[in-house]
Amino acid sequence: MRSVVPIVERSLETPSTVTLRFPYPALAAPGQFVMVWIPGDDEVPMSLSYTEDLKGVTIKAMGTTSRHAQELRPGDLLGIRGPYGNVFDVSPKKILIVAGGSGAAVLAPAAERARARGSNVAVALGATTGSELLFDRRFREMGCEMHLATDDGSVGSRGFVTDVAHFLLLERPFDVVWTCGPEVMMVKVCRSAAQRSVPVFCSVERIMKCAMGLCDACALGPLHVCVDGPVFDSRRLVSIPDFGAFKRDASGRHVPH
Amino acid sequence: MLASGIWGESGESLSGAWAAGAGGVITKSIGSEPRPGYSNPTIETYERWGFLNAMGLPNPGIDEYPREVDRARQSGATIFGSIFGRDAEEFASLARRMGSLGVAALELNLSCPHAEGVGTEVGQYPEQVEAITRAVVQAVKIPVIAKITPNTTDPAALAEAAERGGAAAISAINTLRAIAIDIRLRRPTLSHGLGGLSGSAIKPVGLACVWQIFDRVRIPIIGVGGIMCAEDALEYIMAGARAVEVGTAVAFDGIRVFARLASDLDRLLEDLGISRLEDAVGVAHRSLAAN
Repeated sequence: MRSVVPIVERSLETPSTVTLRFPYPALAAPGQFVMVWIPGDDEVPMSLSYTEDLKGVTIKAMGTTSRHAQELRPGDLLGIRGPYGNVFDVSPKKILIVAGGSGAAVLAPAAERARARGSNVAVALGATTGSELLFDRRFREMGCEMHLATDDGSVGSRGFVTDVAHFLLLERPFDVVWTCGPEVMMVKVCRSAAQRSVPVFCSVERIMKCAMGLCDACALGPLHVCVDGPVFDSRRLVSIPDFGAFKRDASGRHVPH
Repeated sequence: MLASGIWGESGESLSGAWAAGAGGVITKSIGSEPRPGYSNPTIETYERWGFLNAMGLPNPGIDEYPREVDRARQSGATIFGSIFGRDAEEFASLARRMGSLGVAALELNLSCPHAEGVGTEVGQYPEQVEAITRAVVQAVKIPVIAKITPNTTDPAALAEAAERGGAAAISAINTLRAIAIDIRLRRPTLSHGLGGLSGSAIKPVGLACVWQIFDRVRIPIIGVGGIMCAEDALEYIMAGARAVEVGTAVAFDGIRVFARLASDLDRLLEDLGISRLEDAVGVAHRSLAAN
């Protein structure tokens, strides 16, 4: 059930982020993820940053497995299963994307589909510093309206992407907000959007093992991120105390974010 | 009933399974300490019929688990607490703690086939099964169910041992010891190597165990292993089971599988002219004896 595929392309997107592309023709749409097995290491969920036949995952260096993945080169093999999870509804006409951390990885292919349908897409993209703004050029090249924010002010506004998003929501109407990034960031985005009665869809992350809704590793309140998500309507999340506050570790214990 | 290992780590999931129609929910197997389990890959899928898993008994440990049981009890669920340990003393200690949480019964995981030092290694030996069961039965007032491994020459001997130890019922079977090899990577597909096979392919083996156990113990049997539809459930009942557990089928048919199985079973009994489920328990043995 698992395909073993070669990496055919490796790109350094930012100093901390690498994209690996591999042939995997299974039908997939933005929002979905695959379970990526780095042979000899772990198997972890990664959102698809490219959903066509030549698929891609975009990895930020966080721990041993992500660093190991970043060291792989074209020709190295990956074990891939999936895609799993649900998708972004790309039909709205006026979309605000709010991306932080490595959240742009899952949001960029969604923006691509929306732009292909003629939707207006504004992107609030945040990072610690200018060189870490993920897929800035990719968003720009597909015709998104860009609003950048960096912690150090090296590019765009100095400050949080959530403040930029809040301001944009006050400034004009949007049909929907799509967001992905650190969970506390997404909570703020949900609050800002709720004040303007704009629906929000969050791409949520949890530890996963089976990725098929069986083992409870990714349990989030009454939901399973792997089958009920990872894309969630914020109206479902707002009633789940763990969202923004707690996740589970590999043993299933609650730990704070 | 919801089998142990599926939807059982979180109290809200246990409640969800109950609300979806499970007649009872069995918790994840809980140990004395938190266990992260093995690293991924921990599961291999056989298209639409089963899994090979080596999760490695991940669980939050008995200190943390009470909050999940509390949450599950709020839904009114009938909960069986599954526990595992290295020896009779550890089982008894866990039994006392799990037993104090308001669960209706305990199910002893004597049969996990892929964890070192627990599961099959204790559960393969009738003397150990009897000692563990007795220690647990003496430690709690609620019924104690022994879940039997199929990975042995004489599963019925294990069931007899559990009965001697005072078990109220037997669950048969846990997963079959199995492995998968990736021929391109030239290595096992699961990080732990050996794992446990579940799903349709193991049903004939589960049925054989229930069949043999029914002849050798008087206590009731809960059949488990590859039940996907009402016909499968009835097969287990006719082999000697009084109740059944379902796990793998949840992956393919969703959590609503319990409600569907129950209503399909009602219709099946009617079609076959069986007025009460109890009348069908072990009935296949009588047919054989009559020949």
